[in-house]
Amino acid sequence: MKINVDWDRCTGMGMCESLAPDVFEVDDDGSLIVHAEEVPEGMESDVREAVAACPTEALSLEGE
Amino acid sequence: MTHLVVVGASLAGLRAVEAVRRDGFDGEVTLVGAEEHLPYDRPPLSKEYLSAEECPDPRYREEETFAGDLDVELVLGTPASELDTTARTVTVGERTLSYDGLVIATGAHARALPGTEGIEGVHTVRTLDDAIALRAALRGGARRLTVVGAGFIGSEVAAVGRTLGLEVTILEALETPLARAVGERMGRALTHLHRRHGTEVRTGVAVEEVLAENGRVTGVRLGDGSRVDSDVLVVGIGARPATDWLEGSGLTIDDGVVADETLAAAPGVYVAGDIARWPNALFSDVAGGTMRLEHWTSAADQGGRAARHAVDPSSAKPYETVPYFWSDWYDGRVQFVGIAAGDHVEVVAGDDAEGGPFTAIYRAGDRIVGALAVDMPAEVMKYRRLIGGRKTWDDALELAEQRRQQREAKKAQQGAST
Repeated sequence: MKINVDWDRCTGMGMCESLAPDVFEVDDDGSLIVHAEEVPEGMESDVREAVAACPTEALSLEGE
Repeated sequence: MTHLVVVGASLAGLRAVEAVRRDGFDGEVTLVGAEEHLPYDRPPLSKEYLSAEECPDPRYREEETFAGDLDVELVLGTPASELDTTARTVTVGERTLSYDGLVIATGAHARALPGTEGIEGVHTVRTLDDAIALRAALRGGARRLTVVGAGFIGSEVAAVGRTLGLEVTILEALETPLARAVGERMGRALTHLHRRHGTEVRTGVAVEEVLAENGRVTGVRLGDGSRVDSDVLVVGIGARPATDWLEGSGLTIDDGVVADETLAAAPGVYVAGDIARWPNALFSDVAGGTMRLEHWTSAADQGGRAARHAVDPSSAKPYETVPYFWSDWYDGRVQFVGIAAGDHVEVVAGDDAEGGPFTAIYRAGDRIVGALAVDMPAEVMKYRRLIGGRKTWDDALELAEQRRQQREAKKAQQGAST
């Protein structure tokens, strides 16, 4: 599964980081860092929750 | 289970119908909304929707998505008027909808100032129609904006007013704005943010009378007799859960609909969003009783949970969460996670004296229970995990120290590379 970010929508709120911190991290300037292009094994459910929790619907998964 | 009815077509209601369809629920689904509008995104309505040159479309989904992919019947434009939990029916206008499972997510209404109905130039901000009217007023040549209530909505509108070049005054009845939401000291820190941007904040003042000439607002008269002239008056004094239609339904109404830890208010009836009052077990040791949240995050989360429980009550699990909200003021962002209860607040990064940037954490007993950040977007979510994991105060201090070192190392690195 590939993680897609709509950078026009992302405002660095960080919900994703609180649910899947190994994959998502908000940088000091508020920009989002995605540590993995593909969802790492064993983290599928955390990442799915993170995608669903995004207040700006900036995250999506490809190839589910 | 054959028919899920969701009353309330905002975020929680939308997430409710989407969650069960994603799970493969193949029964009938009906979504009832009081407003004519399709479900739309509320947070921008007190922020960029008012200030942006081009009005963004706030709707979450197109109409075809409901009829097509989601296979949801929309009943929009008429509020539900009655619930019968014995017959399992909801009355909407002339229609009576029978349900097997019900989600109630009717949200809240903005509180108005008594006696201001029909006065032109007096606004609340809750619905899309409210925002359309306020946007026109703020951009239609107004010079002076007065905001009654220094809460988050009022503060956001004040910030928009300044951004648009208006003279802005905030009037707050309490001595410290936002004391209930973030505590006394942090309430004062946030007030500095306004003053730094040229917004006048007057605390401990009572609005005696709204003044109008020819049906148009001209200002307000305060308890001490003084007056504040104004072209636009925004009332941001909180919201009242939309539970009037549930009187006589047998549900327990007490500043919201009271539910159990699984969000159940009656057999087959679950609640979500601003109206839901439930025991959040995560904080039962430090803040007993029930809580009711008016945050985007909890509405989204509870909507999905409530609907899943409604279509399959045997799967219902206790719902616990670390509350989260954000608020955009001027060019900065205020973020809060957890609860502001507790006996100690410590600023662990930056300086709160001038309104930030800073990060503060909240202690209750031996736990970290909350974190507030102003213009430090990388911080609060790291603490959110600690709060959710019931971690100790020492764990939180350790993280704070780690973060301090990381920020310094980064600064040194940036210094070295330039």
